Amino acid sequence: MKPNSKPAVVIGAGPAGLCAAIELKKAGAPVILMDENAKPGGQLFKQIHKFFGSKEHKAGVRGFDIGNELLAESLQLGIDVRLNTEVVGIEKDQKVWAVENRTRSYVIDADRIIIATGATENALSFEGWTLPGVMTAGCAQTLINVHRVLPGHCVLMVGSGNVGVIVAYQLLQAGAEVAAVIEAAPNLGGYGVHTAKVRRAGVPFFTSTTVIKAEGKESVERAVIANVDSKFIPIAGTEKILDVDTICIAVGLTPSIELASLAGCGMMYVPELGGNMPIHNEYMQTTIETVYIAGDIAGVEEASTAMEEGRLAGIHAAWAMGYMTEQEMQSKTEKTRERLAALRQGIFGLKRLIAKERVIQRGIAQ
Amino acid sequence: MSEKISLKIDGAPSLEELQAAGMLPSVEELERKACVCIECIEEIPCNPCETSCSQNAISVGLPITNLPVIDREKCTACGLCIPACPGLAITIKSIQGDKARIRFPWEYLPMPNRGERVAMVDRMGEVRCEGLIISTQNIARNNRTAVVTAEFSKEFVQEIVSMRRLHEEL
Repeated sequence: MKPNSKPAVVIGAGPAGLCAAIELKKAGAPVILMDENAKPGGQLFKQIHKFFGSKEHKAGVRGFDIGNELLAESLQLGIDVRLNTEVVGIEKDQKVWAVENRTRSYVIDADRIIIATGATENALSFEGWTLPGVMTAGCAQTLINVHRVLPGHCVLMVGSGNVGVIVAYQLLQAGAEVAAVIEAAPNLGGYGVHTAKVRRAGVPFFTSTTVIKAEGKESVERAVIANVDSKFIPIAGTEKILDVDTICIAVGLTPSIELASLAGCGMMYVPELGGNMPIHNEYMQTTIETVYIAGDIAGVEEASTAMEEGRLAGIHAAWAMGYMTEQEMQSKTEKTRERLAALRQGIFGLKRLIAKERVIQRGIAQ
Repeated sequence: MSEKISLKIDGAPSLEELQAAGMLPSVEELERKACVCIECIEEIPCNPCETSCSQNAISVGLPITNLPVIDREKCTACGLCIPACPGLAITIKSIQGDKARIRFPWEYLPMPNRGERVAMVDRMGEVRCEGLIISTQNIARNNRTAVVTAEFSKEFVQEIVSMRRLHEEL
């Protein structure tokens, strides 16, 4: 097969997109990596904690160091990284419409497209939720870890998943107090080791509890929390007032599927993975043969799983473009899948593993 | 007060939960030698404790979601695993006379100073007793997780896991 000279376009330079582009470039395929931000790395540069996993997953390495390693590798490989470049459309026959610096618009004729646009944090509406001081946990994390600005001095964290407890810990590290971490479910969601380090710093956890009101004149001055029943309805008379100036919302993420939707990819609803997402097969290929997805758009997980999915997509796309033998593709895919499987074991991974299997079965069938 | 189920409600494991997982050394063991305490009772995909140990005293094996198993005979209490654990779940404790010593991971500023009196806390963050800082270590290999050694009254040895955060003087 004669290699195709049209490039692969990777959209989104987070952990998934970077790894996809690296695999493509290593195979010798022409690749263009686009990101709307001024800096690549996606969310990696605000992850100041040490990652879990094994050595192959870069366990013990802090997120921003992983980001720097991936950037150095993409630089060394000479990948064409286009920053401040928004992809605003994907048209028939893999035409990618990009806008650079909000001034120049152009269309690239791509051979393969890998969409790695990540996910968006969910909002939670309650009385007073538009007051300054109410923000998503990811926003607070960007403020403290990227811009080094403390959003407030006393924080209520709503949601006890890993994002909520990791950001609560990082707010403590940044010098804020955390008044409480609350969770609507009867049990805490995040890893026990994360909740334990927040708890021993003196932060109380309240389960079966939600926020019902933010109060304050110009910005948040208080939060009203209340217990909820088994249907998540607040129970009257259980209200408690917390004197906080910041309320962080960490109630899950939703895959950012707009571009995949424009490209015509078939979708399915998978609540365990964050909602509507493109159907894909075991090579991360969508229902459109030439379009792949990787990372949180393919179901909300973690940076470590996003990197492996990016590699899967990049390896298969490189083979499909004629830059890798089938044997090499299969052997690389197999190794990547083993690392990915290791991350989806145990009580936390199992739910995601089963949900992913369901998506992949649909993907293979179509 | 029932302390049986704590981790998924209160955020921190109870002594019962830790003992059920078989990870805590007994007081007798702590009097005999310094012992590693790994407070990791959920099956998460993680094994740096195992790979950091030069004595092969901690095994996780495959799958990497297995809970770590400590071989107390092999463990030399070198402390390499303390900053290696991404969950900050490892301490080393010992008892000498009427004093207990703990080496614990620390990622807050300001750092405590040698000789400083600090407030030692239990798993729930409650201050239980005073502690004396013996040493702090933050070498490059720790990758920004400091290891602090503190001494306190031995009666709290099973409860104490860390110290209260210090505040910068303005």
